[in-house]
Order: sequence, then structure tokens, then C-alpha cells
Amino acid sequence: MIQEKVLTWFLACRTTDVPENGGVCVKYHDEQIALFNFSRRGEWYASQNMCPHRQQMALSRGMIGTQNNEPKVACPFHKKTFSLVTGQCLSGDDCGDIKTYPVKIENELVYIGIEE
Amino acid sequence: MKIVVIGNGMVGYKFCEKLTAKAQPGQFEIVVFGEETRPAYDRVHLSEYFAGKTADDLTMAGLDWYAENNIRIYLGDPISYIDRDQKTVRSHHGINESYDYLILATGSAAFVPPIPGVEKEGVFIYRTIEDLEMMTTYAKKAKTGAVIGGGLLGLEAAKAMIDLGVTNTHVIEFAPRLMPRQIDEAGSNILKAKLESLGLSIHTSKNTSEILGDQFITGMQFSDDTKLDIDMLVISAGIKPRDELAKLAGLETGHRGGIVVNDRLATTDPFIFAIGECALHGGMIYGLVAPGYEMAEVVATNLMGGDKSFTGFDMSTKLKLIGVDVASFGDPFVSVDEGRSIVLEDRMKGVYKRVNISPDGKYLLGGILVGDAEQYNMLLQTTKNKVVLPPNPEDVILGARGGAGNEGGAGVANLPDDALICSCESVSKGDICKAVCDGNETMDSIKKCTKAGTGCGGCVPMVKDLITHTLKSQGKYVRNVLCEHFNYSRQELYDLVKVHKLQTFDEVLNKLGTGDGCELCKPPVASILASLWNDMILAKGNDTAQDSNDRFLANIQKGGTYSVVPRIPGGEITPEKLIVIGQVAQKYNLYTKITGGQRIDLFGAHVNDLPAIWSELIEAGFESGHAYGKALRTVKSCVGSTWCRFGLHDSVSFAIQIEERYRGLRAPHKLKSAVSGCIRECAEAQSKDFGIIATEKGWNLYVCGNGGSKPQHALLLATDIDSETCIKYIDRFLMFYIKTADPLTRTATWLNKMEGGIDYLRNVVVNDSLGIAEQLEAEMQTLVDNYKCEWKEAVENPEIRKRFTHFVNAPESKDPSIQFEPMREQKKAKEWK
Repeated sequence: MIQEKVLTWFLACRTTDVPENGGVCVKYHDEQIALFNFSRRGEWYASQNMCPHRQQMALSRGMIGTQNNEPKVACPFHKKTFSLVTGQCLSGDDCGDIKTYPVKIENELVYIGIEE
Repeated sequence: MKIVVIGNGMVGYKFCEKLTAKAQPGQFEIVVFGEETRPAYDRVHLSEYFAGKTADDLTMAGLDWYAENNIRIYLGDPISYIDRDQKTVRSHHGINESYDYLILATGSAAFVPPIPGVEKEGVFIYRTIEDLEMMTTYAKKAKTGAVIGGGLLGLEAAKAMIDLGVTNTHVIEFAPRLMPRQIDEAGSNILKAKLESLGLSIHTSKNTSEILGDQFITGMQFSDDTKLDIDMLVISAGIKPRDELAKLAGLETGHRGGIVVNDRLATTDPFIFAIGECALHGGMIYGLVAPGYEMAEVVATNLMGGDKSFTGFDMSTKLKLIGVDVASFGDPFVSVDEGRSIVLEDRMKGVYKRVNISPDGKYLLGGILVGDAEQYNMLLQTTKNKVVLPPNPEDVILGARGGAGNEGGAGVANLPDDALICSCESVSKGDICKAVCDGNETMDSIKKCTKAGTGCGGCVPMVKDLITHTLKSQGKYVRNVLCEHFNYSRQELYDLVKVHKLQTFDEVLNKLGTGDGCELCKPPVASILASLWNDMILAKGNDTAQDSNDRFLANIQKGGTYSVVPRIPGGEITPEKLIVIGQVAQKYNLYTKITGGQRIDLFGAHVNDLPAIWSELIEAGFESGHAYGKALRTVKSCVGSTWCRFGLHDSVSFAIQIEERYRGLRAPHKLKSAVSGCIRECAEAQSKDFGIIATEKGWNLYVCGNGGSKPQHALLLATDIDSETCIKYIDRFLMFYIKTADPLTRTATWLNKMEGGIDYLRNVVVNDSLGIAEQLEAEMQTLVDNYKCEWKEAVENPEIRKRFTHFVNAPESKDPSIQFEPMREQKKAKEWK
């Protein structure tokens, strides 16, 4: 069953806190969320910070880019890549997928949508 | 012709897909009856339902697909009666349909052993999305769980339990080992140890005699008089073919279940076929999806007037169970008289490999891989195609040892043309090579025209090798373009960036590339920009194009901390500076180790601490060692003529001069150097990218040496030259390398690929055969003049300094997930999984 999920919008930081075409890590309670400013595309993405391959808190320090026009992030440890849209692992191995979060910008502030 | 399909699981759906793809529109009238209320979904990836996939994501094709293909589908309405004389079926809701051919794809049900108490609440089977939904609800109040069945499905179910938050989960297996059909006891022990380290409790040789509790399950009683308290149980002890409808219709079934079929998958009634897990072919039930698909293909082909048989199916399989690779291929359990086995067992790493070899040692019969299944594809092909093994058969699991250039004799080139490369889509080596010859020279176009690599994707590396191999055998120049965003090689890009005077990654991408860049093109472009202009690499616009280590000016290590390596030119250091390093290490609790390059590496620094650590080091006169960069690392030296009774020249002073000249120089790969004061060569200069050895008359200059995985001695470029000439030659050599090498290519590999080899290089560098020597020297001098310590710039620039935090919204907090373990009075990173 598909249910409309209730989202809580969490204020993460200012837009200027995130480097252009790069990421930062956001603390949300005990969770770590990677937030990406894909300024070349004018898009924002968020995902879990942990790379599922070796359980390292590292994706926010990864390089972002595209593969066939699909935005992705590469983990700095072993270059496993994940779609920033679906969270799917794109490296062609089954190290697992990542969780992604919706992002919205209002008045130059960045909000991350957390499911209740 | 009218076809009725009973069952809408994966195989039933695949049959519809294959038949409609082959048929002309209107050639067949197809009617489908399914027992479940959803259209067919991907049962193989059921556990992903917990990892966030929805029922919709798992659906094979939506109802609109059936409508588009004129297939009538009745869901939630199983067939209850087949009238073979009238050739009609009647559904549970009373719908009657006639048929010309009937396809039974009724699949299987979970086998539930007759244990007293299985009816209690909290006992589940693991088969359908409904089962998962019920488990999800119940798991909320469960703390301890168990799974009966340590086979493939049972371990999948155990993973599902962990995903549901039932972290204390037990696996109960009746047999003495896990996955008894796929792996042997030694493999099972390694798998067991791995799974236990992930938090599962594994019990083998355990027979459940009763399920305890009143209304709800509270525990399990075993035949060995032991007991286990649990809140929830999943039974996943095997499958039972759904043959009751066939039995009722008088079709022959096996005495242990399954509808008997011949090689054309026809049942004892020639108008009725059975495919998938309900079919009993040659005394065997195939409980995997791939053979089911093959059966669907056979029946669909024959209905179209073709002639195809099902002659059994290879049950080789590779999967990842809770993060552990497990593979089994060919005959995994060859007995002593049928062949012999070679076994590799590494309990430290949790790796077990077994290959079974024919008695004459020529052929691979099968094997088992646990913990590391990287070689699965190649081993499977070697088995299936009866490829003759290398003289030392153990090489197939150990890799060739000793002797350079020995590839072990089992690469893609040795496979026959009919070797199946992609088993998901049945694409052979011949198909792929032919497609390459027809002009499909990229992975993407091979995927499009052959479908190879579009299923599980496991064959992609092999397909890539085949593309390269085929192109090379055609004598084609394989041009190494960076990635999908740049249709240029690194050398072409270097020249273009220089001509257009481009300064940032975005400018390069706008002018010379397409799209938005990626991790393959960003670092080489950033490196080209650094090699050309030597600007601060973290300047705005280029900071996020740097490879991860360059972005934080430190090497990321296990656990997410960084290491710090100050430059110690020539390995010479004063006691005062040594004390500062010790004090910094003490203050920031860092692990210290002497490196191979005569420096000191400080490990375990939090990203937040890096600027403060470097401020203190810079204060004491240190500068960046560029250990994180594709740049000049260190110039090692022996003590030389100042102290050594054999020394001819002052190797330390020259090493310091060289290191300070080229410090920070960005290149396609890291660069190492050394200076030895005499022929005894204590600095090991002949293993470096450029090495200098003192002679009676001056220096000998060696180039393109390399340690690492494929050691290579440096070759002599010039003899008995003075210091000034030596530096001139190194300037030319390094600039030529920087301008022409592919990304991540060390000087040794660069030279190996160079036509004409060392003689050509000597002509360019020493004899100036290209007339570019002066230009190369001038370019190098610009880089040398532009050098600044980038750590000094970073700590003095508040904008850059601000980036060295873990949490953007809690800059003072360090990453709480970082953990260390004590070791020999220092610490080490916690081992990763």
C-alpha cells in the first residue's frame, strides 16, 4: 500500500554553508544526514551519511556528479556510487542502497524532510 | 489460439512477456488467473521491502502492461477445477474459460514441517508481501526472534528479521551445516563465523520438537532437551510445489510433489504445460528463478512453432547474504574418486575457497566461494566451457605468483566463443565480440544491442575486458577518454585547457565537456589545472572537484579520521622539530609511525582538529608533505659523504634541494624520489620515479622505477652529470610526464606504454629531439616559483578553515561514530565490517 507520508521539515543550515557542487554532514538527533548542493544543476539532495559498503560516515565528503544525467555521489573510501534521486547503488555491485531525503530551500535556508 | 495461464508469479509473468514479445498482435488470446491480489512481483528481492522498497517497486509490470498487451487478468481468483475433456477451467469465483493450451505456473508454497504448535500467533512463513506485512506488524513487539531453516531462504528471512529491528535473531538448522545444498562444512563454518560476528546466533544440528506458548509463541523446545525463549518465529525450511490442481485433474505428479514434465515441459496431457517451481523435470524441482525463466522461454518458443528443449539447468549461484558473498558453481561437492579439491581457508579474513578438479588435473568441475566471490564469473566460465587449467591449478583461486607478466592462463581471451558471459540474458562471448566488431565499442551500446550486463550486472567487468580485447585484436587504437563527460584523453585535455587558459573545473566542463562531471573526470581535471597554474587547490570552484584527500588536505583512513604527514625534506630533522611532532601527537592523541619515505605519519586526527594541528606544525616551521595528493611525496636519502666513510657526495643536501624544488608538484599520479651517496644505493633510488646515485664524477639519473604491487627497476637516463644538468633533466622529464600521461598512471606504466621506450624518452629529455626542452624547463620553473604551502594558506583563510568540521550545524561536535581500539600503547581504528 502506498501511503502519503507525513514530513517534518528540519532546518539544517544556510544555503551558503554548503560548498557549491559539494556536500556537508547534518546532525539530526542521533542521525547523520549528508546534504548536497548541486549548484551546477541548481538542485539540492540529501541522503544518509553512512556508506553501506563499509559502514563509514563519509558520503557527505564524497564527490558528486552525474551518470547518464542521473545525479550521484561517490564515497571517498572505495568510490562506490549511489543515485541521489533513488538511493540506488550504481557501482554494479550489491553493497546496498542508501536512504534519500527531500530537501527544500526557503529564504536561503535549507530544510530536510524527515518522515514521521 | 487461446492460452490460459494459471499463476501470476515471476515465471508466469515472464511467460506472458516472452510470448507477447514473440507473437504478432492478435495471434494469441491470453488469459491469466492469479491467486494473490497483486500482479506478479519480484519475490527474489522480497527482503528489500524492508530496506524501503514499496510493493510497487517490486512489481514486475503494472496492470496497464497487461491491458496494453491485450492480456485478460483475474487476480485474487485461483482456478479450482480443470476439465481436460472439454479443455476448460473454472475459477474460485465461478469464471469459466476454454483453452487451446494451458500453462501451469502455480509455483510453490513454503514447506511447513509438522511441528506441534506451528499454528500459534507469532509463527510466520516468508513467501509473499502479505507475509511480510504481517511480520512487520508483529515484529514491533518482538525482541528475540528465530528462523527455522539455515538455507538460502532461511538466511534471507533472518536478514529480514534484523531489518525489522529484531536484532537478537537465532537461526535453527536441522542439518549439521548452513546452506547444505550449496556449500560444504568448512565453508559453512566460515559463513557461520561471519554471520555470528554480525549479530546472528546460529544453531546447526538442531531439531525443533515443539513450539511453546498458549495463544502466542513464547519459545521453542528442541529434541536435545534444550529450550529457547523467543517472541517470534519464521519458518523457511524449504518449498513445496503447488501441484494440487494438477493432481485433481489427474496429471502425473511426483511422490514428493511436483508436476511431471518432459523436455518440452509438457505434462502427461500434451495440451497442458507446467513451468517454474511447480514443475518436476528429470526428478528435480528448480527452486531458482533463472531456470523458471528458461522454462518459460522453451514453452513460448514451442508455441510459436519453434523447437526447443529444456535439458536441465546449471544451479550455480552467487549471492550476498547479509553482506557476505557466497557462491557455489558446477559440482561443489566432488567426492574423492571423482576428482580432487584445492582448498584455501583464511579464518582471519573469513574467506573460504574450494575448487574441484578432474582427476587428470585438466578441468575445473565446480567449487565453493565464501567471503570473497570475485572470481565467481571466471571460475564458472572455466567450469562450463571446460577450459584447460593452467599447470598449477591453484592459480585459479590464488592468482599467479612469482614471475612478471604471468596472467595465470584463464583470462577472457582463453574462453571459447560459445562461453556464456551474461547468464541473465544468455549472451555468449561470441555475441559480444561480434557486437564490438559491428561498431558497438562502449559498455552502454553493448548493453543496448545485446542486453548483456542489464540483469544482475555481475558480468560487466568481463564484458569491458572483452570490448578492450576485441578492439585491440582488431588493431584499433584504444583511446582512453576520461568518462562520459569528456570525449578527450588526459593529454588532449591538458593541451586544450592550456590553450584556452581555463582556470576552474566548471570552465573546463563548459568549454570542453558535457553534463555535470563525476568522480572520474573531476580529479584529473583538477590535477591538470594544478599542474598548469599551481593555484591553491581549495580555491572556490575547484575545491569540490578535488579528490577526497585533496579536499581535506589529508589522507582519509579507516573510520573516517585523517592522517597528517609534515614534509621532512631528505629525511633530515632537528631534535626540536621531533619534539614538536611528539607534542602535537600527544595533544591530539594521534598514532605515530615512521613511513617508508623517511617521514613521520600521524594517524587518527578528527577532521575538526586538522587546522589546529597544522597551525602548530606550521608555527614550528613544518609545511605540508602532500602525502594526500597525486604530487611529489618524498625524496629519500642516505646519510652521504658528510658522515658515511663510503659516501662520494653529500646526498642529503642534494635530496633536500630536489625535494624543495618539486614539493607540491601535482602530477597524474604520486611521485617519489631518492638520492644515494654512492653505488651501495642505501636510499633505494632505483625503485623511484626518479632516482639519483652519486658516481666518482657526478650523478647518475635513473627514471621510471616503481615499488608497489608490480615492482619495476628504474632505467638509467644519463650518467656522470653535474647537479645543474641533473635538475634540468628532471625538470624536462617530469613536465613531459605531467603533460602526456593518462590519469593515475605512474611513470613506470607510462614508460611501458611509450613507443620506443627509454631510448625515445632519452632522446626527448637529453637530446631534445622534439625541440621542447626549453619550454618544459620554463613551465617547470613557473610551477616552482608559484609554490606555496597549501596548509598555510588553508589555516590562514577563515572561509577554507570553516570547511574542516564534521557537522555543518554543530561545528564543535566531532563525529560520534568514530571509534578506536588500543594497541601496543597506542591506538588503532576500529576494524570495519
